[in-house]
Amino acid sequence: MNVTSRRFANAVSVQVAGRLDQDTCEAFRGQLMGFVEGAAHDGGAIVLDLSQLEYVSSAGLRCFMLASRQAKAQHGRIFVAALQPMVREIFEISHFNLVFQVFPTLREAMAAVSSEAALAFEKG
Amino acid sequence: MRVRFWGTRGSIPVALTTSDIRDKLALALVQASGRTFKSYEEAHAFASSELDFSLTHTFGGHTPCVELELDSDEYFVCDMGSGARPFGQHVLAKQARRPATINIFMSHVHWDHIMGFPFLGPAYVPGTTIRIHGCHDVIEHAFRLQQSPPCFPVTFEQLGAKIEFVKLTPDKTHEVAGLKVTPHLQLHGGDSYGFRFDHGGKKVIYSTDSEHKLENRTEAEAFANFFRDADVVIFDAMYALAEAISVKADWGHSSNIVGVELCQMARAKHLVLFHHEPANNDATLEGLLKEARRFEELTRGDHALKVSAAYDGLEIDL
Repeated sequence: MNVTSRRFANAVSVQVAGRLDQDTCEAFRGQLMGFVEGAAHDGGAIVLDLSQLEYVSSAGLRCFMLASRQAKAQHGRIFVAALQPMVREIFEISHFNLVFQVFPTLREAMAAVSSEAALAFEKG
Repeated sequence: MRVRFWGTRGSIPVALTTSDIRDKLALALVQASGRTFKSYEEAHAFASSELDFSLTHTFGGHTPCVELELDSDEYFVCDMGSGARPFGQHVLAKQARRPATINIFMSHVHWDHIMGFPFLGPAYVPGTTIRIHGCHDVIEHAFRLQQSPPCFPVTFEQLGAKIEFVKLTPDKTHEVAGLKVTPHLQLHGGDSYGFRFDHGGKKVIYSTDSEHKLENRTEAEAFANFFRDADVVIFDAMYALAEAISVKADWGHSSNIVGVELCQMARAKHLVLFHHEPANNDATLEGLLKEARRFEELTRGDHALKVSAAYDGLEIDL
């Protein structure tokens, strides 16, 4: 599993690549919580770019849930974008699509964060 | 061995309401879409083969009570939820006035798991022997307490059966009238115990009221070992995953998705979703079953897992 991030105005896109399961979730959780802390400090939002995520288990989904809880407690926001078909179906099966705002593309998620984030994203 | 489900609901019994039945009938008529049936048999065949399970059945309303029927004169049953009442009627009918010997295995003593005992018919029949097995120290106290005034008109002392309490040791295999049983500690308020039953080369797991902390690999592997190669795993799948790990985290229950994952790790053959949330109607429970089956398909490796949802009256032959 590999995690990279990129800032677009007040949004931080966090791309997760590979498999997120019991073997990788602990390390991922630490990284994700760091991004959530930073976003809360800046008053921004996290956009989870899952376009390169191949598989997520219940343990991985729990990391998303914990991050969401922490973000809410700090008045932050987390959006989810660009799910591959299998991961999208797992989100639906586990009812995570009812917990997170899920967008088909990163562009649409950035637009939901702010017009500044959308503009920064368009500029690349 | 036959596994017979007398009670499958969690927390509190539920019953179909008038509006539930009317909704099922209306939806069945819509699905029939103008078709006509010349006979009851034709209509019955349509209902059996073409309508959704949730329209033609109900998952049922009794709280946990699951019988293991062996080639034995004795009875074996897990928990004394409200399903213990029809279980007791079954025993009385089968015994035809002969006294019975019933072995009960208690996962824990929360009310939904003991509330049926005061209505267990054989408990009132002199000559009956009831052995209540479990790992908790408080089992006898709980059984006596619920029949103490002012909660119930018949005290425990007035019951006709000879009732014994047998303490089991966790992770030790005990032999009870030819049935091997191994209890295992589970995460639940006040603790609960799952049971692995071994008989005639078949393994059945009864694991209800058990929460699983997903990030803990050691815990997951311990349960996978407990479930290893089981023919049937009866599993606490009270919630969808998102619910189980958000608003209902630390409530002591699990989800359909975690059931699939643990059974896949254990290479178990058949997962049976159990301890249904009382707020869920039949359509919602059927939806959770379909989602679990789809998750199993998506994540299947070289081992296929059958997934079912328990309902009152379900029988599984092994």
